[in-house]
Amino acid sequence: MRDFLNLRRVIMIAIAAALVTWCIYSLRWDWLANPKYQSMMLRGLWQTIWMLVVTMVIGFALAIPIGFVQAAGPRWLAWPARVFCSVIRGTPLLMQIWLLYYGIGSLFPSIPWIRDSAFWPILRQAWPYAVVALSLSVAGYEGEVLRGAFKSVPHGQLEAARAMGMPRFTIFRRIWLPQAVQRVLPTIGGETVLQLKSTPLISTITIMDIYDVAGRVRRDTLVVYEPLLLLAVTYMAITALIVLLFKWFESRFPSKVA
Amino acid sequence: MTCPPPAELSSLTLLGFGDCGWGATLLWGFGNSLMIALGAYAIGFCIGVSGAFGKLYGGPVAKDLLAVYTTIVRAVPELVLILILYYAVPALINQVLLGLGYERINLPQFITGVVVLAVVQGAYQIEVLRGSILAVPHGQIEAARAMGMSPVMLARRITLPLMTSNAIPGLGNLWLNATKDTALLAVIGFTELTKATFQASATTKAFFTFYGAAMALYMAISLISILLFGRLEKISRRGQRDARG
Repeated sequence: MRDFLNLRRVIMIAIAAALVTWCIYSLRWDWLANPKYQSMMLRGLWQTIWMLVVTMVIGFALAIPIGFVQAAGPRWLAWPARVFCSVIRGTPLLMQIWLLYYGIGSLFPSIPWIRDSAFWPILRQAWPYAVVALSLSVAGYEGEVLRGAFKSVPHGQLEAARAMGMPRFTIFRRIWLPQAVQRVLPTIGGETVLQLKSTPLISTITIMDIYDVAGRVRRDTLVVYEPLLLLAVTYMAITALIVLLFKWFESRFPSKVA
Repeated sequence: MTCPPPAELSSLTLLGFGDCGWGATLLWGFGNSLMIALGAYAIGFCIGVSGAFGKLYGGPVAKDLLAVYTTIVRAVPELVLILILYYAVPALINQVLLGLGYERINLPQFITGVVVLAVVQGAYQIEVLRGSILAVPHGQIEAARAMGMSPVMLARRITLPLMTSNAIPGLGNLWLNATKDTALLAVIGFTELTKATFQASATTKAFFTFYGAAMALYMAISLISILLFGRLEKISRRGQRDARG
């Protein structure tokens, strides 16, 4: 602590505090008092966090089979999985979102049995496309990581399990998967931060996340920088929260890998 | 020029360079994407090299400022940074120009895009390059210091050549990020490949033709880049013992 707070740091913190004070007093924040924007911001924040959590969970669940078939699956399964990962990693996420929403989304209305089905009211909205696109993105990136993790589980462990007479699925569930997941745990925190930084892209397909709310405030009030600055601070706060959460999470798991 | 309704045209005509085709638009967007990515990457590399040395060997204030820069840029979504800088960079330049007594100028979107992405790239490149400098064996640097080399000569003769092979995989990933980040400029209305694809497909309703073609172009860049960076790494590792055995 003493080392951290020497004179130079104190001066820099004072300058930063002065900058923040200047921002508070000389920029326009009156729109923050408007209850309309307050409720919009809360809903936007909820939309962003909800989208982040759901797509991370679905994406990781998809990444396990995708990584596994690449590491140990037959060739007719490994090959499509590898192509999937390359395409997801090789093309911009924005384009994938637009392809799903504008491309496939425009295909559905022309198919009668989809339009008559019970799912149609859901498929008419934008969020299913966002969930699918963002989940597939996580699956592609994390699948590649899991491929390496599955491969790096020592062979002796699997052979020992087989020698104990474990059925193949039990080996996967008890030996292979836990050790692979343990190896990727440190990357999931970083991946979650990256995913958070991808969520504003869904505002381009009419979803009201926190980024979209900032844009609305900007258009309504013609205040340019203030909503964006607050938005940046919000994202930094969420990032800090994620980092702290994963630090706590990792400290509870033994990190020593065989 | 009158074209038949797009539904009657084949994919090849739509992607072609004729009067009814969008090939020229797509290729123009592709060229824009590539040039922005190249420009941003090059400027980002300059920021990265100087920032990495600054973070390791700079004064205490420089170190702290660089830490703030890399932390903020890596914690805030690129889209938000792009939007902030998109308004802030031209305003700042105009302020400086007005202060110096010049006319205010309209900065071309292309230059704004390059500068904005370069600021983002720079933060990531600092981290990659810093890591690869740290991976240079310490004895080498100490030996060079003991020989009485000046810091500049040390960087030129020892650190830079030795760090190259460590830095290339990370720099390759960042190059791929740079090409994909150009798509974000579509959101602020710049006609690069993603925006061109959007326009072409929205007009003709041939979504899969155009998105398929654009994805193939992006894939082509990324596959070629992976090959080239792999070869570069091999060249830079010439004469090194293969650590992987």
